[in-house]
Formats: sequence, C-alpha cells, structure tokens
Amino acid sequence: MSALDGIRISGLTLDLRGQRILDGVDLVAPAGQVTGLAGESGSGKTVTGMTVLGLPPAGSVVTGSIEYGGTDLLTLSARQHNALRGDQLAMVFQDPTASLHPMISVGGQLTDHIRHHLHLNRAQARARALEVLEQVRVPEPAQALRKYPHEFSGGQLQRIAIGIAIACRPSVLVADEPTTALDVTVQAGVMRLLRDLCDDLGLAVLLITHDLAVMSAMADTIVVMRHGRVVEHGPRYDVIRSPQHPYTRDLVEALPEHRPGPTRTGGQS
Amino acid sequence: MAGELVFDDVTVRYGRPGRPTVTAVDRVSFTVRPGEVVGLVGESGCGKSTLAKLACGLVPAAGGRVSFDGTPVTPHGLRRRAPRLLRLQMVFQNPYASLNPRRRVAAQLEDARAIHPGTAAPVAELLAGVGLDPALGTRYPHQFSGGQRQRIAIARAMATGPDLLIGDEPIASLDASLQAQVATLMRDVALASDTSLLFISHDLSVVRLIADRVVVMQAGRVVEEGPTEQVWTAPQATYTQRLLAAIPHADGLGVIPDVAPA
Repeated sequence: MSALDGIRISGLTLDLRGQRILDGVDLVAPAGQVTGLAGESGSGKTVTGMTVLGLPPAGSVVTGSIEYGGTDLLTLSARQHNALRGDQLAMVFQDPTASLHPMISVGGQLTDHIRHHLHLNRAQARARALEVLEQVRVPEPAQALRKYPHEFSGGQLQRIAIGIAIACRPSVLVADEPTTALDVTVQAGVMRLLRDLCDDLGLAVLLITHDLAVMSAMADTIVVMRHGRVVEHGPRYDVIRSPQHPYTRDLVEALPEHRPGPTRTGGQS
Repeated sequence: MAGELVFDDVTVRYGRPGRPTVTAVDRVSFTVRPGEVVGLVGESGCGKSTLAKLACGLVPAAGGRVSFDGTPVTPHGLRRRAPRLLRLQMVFQNPYASLNPRRRVAAQLEDARAIHPGTAAPVAELLAGVGLDPALGTRYPHQFSGGQRQRIAIARAMATGPDLLIGDEPIASLDASLQAQVATLMRDVALASDTSLLFISHDLSVVRLIADRVVVMQAGRVVEEGPTEQVWTAPQATYTQRLLAAIPHADGLGVIPDVAPA
C-alpha cells in the first residue's frame, strides 16, 4: 500500500490576494515518523498543514504537488478531499476547547465522523469510540462518552481531540501546536501519546510547532520554514545541534535555555 | 523606592451556586520587594491569577491581608480607589481585549498618563521605550500585531508611573519567538524606572530568564520560594522537581520527559 509512504510535498506554492504565502515548499513526511515543521508565526507552517488537508485559505491559488498514496492531493475535487479528510488525513489543533463543540457530548463528536466515513451503525461506532478513548488513555471511557467538553481538563480534552483524529485509522496526522496550550506536565503526557501513536500505528505525523524543545523531544526530522520557504531540513539532532542556516541558528540561540542547562536532580517521580 | 506588595496569610474562596466552594488561594504569604522581579509560577488552576486579581482588588480575600506600600488593598467598590493603589498596574494576557479598540494608541497612553501627571515620560518616549516607532501612536490597536499590542499594553501600564507592575500571563498569547523578547522587555522597562514586577506565568523557562526570585504555587499554596537559580538548580519541593523534569529540552536527543501523573 503506497499510503504507507506518508506524504511528499514538492514545489508547493500558495498565493493569496497577490501575496506569496508559500514559495516552493518541498518536504517528505514518511509513515511512522514525526516530521517537525518549525518557524515563527507567518512563516507558512500552518498554511502548509492546512493545504495538506485540502483546506487552504479561501481565494488562494495553489501550485505544486502533494503526493499521498500515489495520487496528487491537489488534483482532487472538493468532494474527493472531503472523503479523505477525517478518514485518512486527520488533524489536531492547538486549543481543544475551541476545536471541540461545547454542546455536543464527547460520544456524539467521536462517533459522528466514524459513522460517516466507515459506514458503521450506532452501536459499532460507539464500540470503536470506546476503543479509541482507551487508546488515547482517557480515564473511564464509558462515562466520558456521555460527558461534555467543559467537564474535562485541557489535557484530557486534547487527548479526546487526538482520539477523534485517529478514530478512522488515518495514515497522516497533522498536529498544529498540539501541546502549546497545555501545562508542562500535561504537555509531557500528550507528547508521549502522540509519539506512541505514531510508532504503533505507523502514522505520518506532521508536527507543527514553534517550540524547538517540543520539536527536539518528538520529531525525527525537522523542517525549518521562513517566509514560506524551507530553509533547513534534516535529522533532529543535526538541525538543533549544528544548524546550517543562519535563521535556524538564531532560533536555537534565542532559546531561553541556550545557557547551561538545569541540573537534573534526583527524587523525580 | 516604593512598590512593596505584601501578601500576608491570604485566602480566597470562590462560592459556586449548588456546588462546594473552592479555595483558590490557601493561606499564602509572600512579598514583592521594591525594585524586585518576582516570578510566580504554577499550573493552571493553582491560584496564581487569583493572587493577581487580589492584588488589584478585583476579588475579596476571605482571610489574611494584602497591602501595597503599607496601604491595605481592599476590593473595588463604587468609590474612587485610594491614590496609593493606583500606582499598582496590571498587564493582562490578551492585549487586544485590554486595549480600547476605538481610541488611538497615543490617546490611550495620554489617558494613562493623566492618572499621575508628571511622573511618566511623554508618550513618544514611552512608545520608544517598548521598541515602537512613536509615529505609530496615531494608529488603532487593530493595526498592530499581537506582540506590538502587548508592547503598547506595557507602555500604557508604565504611563501611569507605577511602583509595581503585575503581568498576568502577559506573554501566553504571543508567538514563542516573541515570548522571551517581550518578557525581557517588561523586565527592562520596569527596572529602568525603579518599578517592581510580579510576573505570573506557567512558562518556567521564561520566568527563569527574567525573575530574581521565584514563587512556586500548587493547588492554592506556595510550595517553594527562593532565588531563581537556586530553585532551578536545586529545587526542594517534590512538586517543583516534577515541574522542572517535565520541561522538554532542545538538545536534539529526542527525549520525551517522563512524568508520572499527579
């Protein structure tokens, strides 16, 4: 199955109202790996992710190609893209309190697209939803299905949002700042979860974040973007330890911890 | 030099109809000394924002005392605040919500300057002080980026000539590449005019960068307090150790911090 190869973006450009947002992006996000997309806001990293999902900004002109499973996603009709999105191409956003519907129960939000994409009946969809909640380690999944988003903490909500994303067994997961809104201890858990899902399910994860520390912890390869261009692309260690491009060097040097690191003390539970 | 904020054994409770009351701040005592930069850290729900509101008189204390340069801080009423308490200013998380969208930036800074005429620099100087071109004063808040807006909010707080500045997650809504920059700016601006700074954030690495002293809160209590580097290199409380251990490092090694659930 060629879907297992992940996605390959070549020469992707995007123009919006006469402005060039993406200026020839080339990158590969292989299956079973976390490919990090770094850069400041306005560098085009989120637009790249949204374009992969077939959701470029309204009125934009896109050229180049995004290969997935032997087809170029850019040639698909809106209808074909709708069939893929939520099924094989999934997305996790920064703020789960905004990405989840406040007035629909978790069970409702978790089964809606399962039934649509996988053509399951209510009971089957519910069973799959339970399975997924266990997989993303939400405590008491059966009760959780009946609850509403406001009844969960931010970390639990993000786990549920990840659950919704993986419910239809996608092969590509675009995660846009998935841990930015979370506290550090919760962030660590969500990073672990995403990494495990990537390894266990062979997902091609496109991790979009400005946080180089999160990037360093999770990504296999790092793509650094600036002004809609890829300025550096390489293995995690090389990009962070010996950045080649001056911009990447600036980013690494701008880190608050770019000083003697904190001593790891004992007694951590 | 003024600008001393003292929390003395304060408790804040929130009553919720039909549900048990929550003790958001539980017998907390600490002091921000004149000219000092104190970082207040902790996870969401630990009560750090409640402390900020308490210092401004936005929530009443259920017990204990808060005083600013010797003046007790009382909850806001319909009357004018004690003039002394106006020398304590706040910078909020979302500058777009805290700035008036219908007034030009320079006019908003002038409003703030009128609170303590003669104490603060002219508007042009205030804008330059936060790294903005004074000519931009004729613009409206929506014409600025998020980072610029927060700079304006800082300039506005400084325009009152405050003795103490409180930042309640002032960098949380900014881009990461700007966070450290704006935090450092806040420290520099405060210190340049002998203003003390209470910087509240859940981002430990930024607090480490700017604070002289750190106060760590957990579930409404202060669990650790000390000079920043000391807390960082030799955390005493188990909770602080856990927090620090959860921070990922940009070392390129691909290590996801291992944190046992609380």
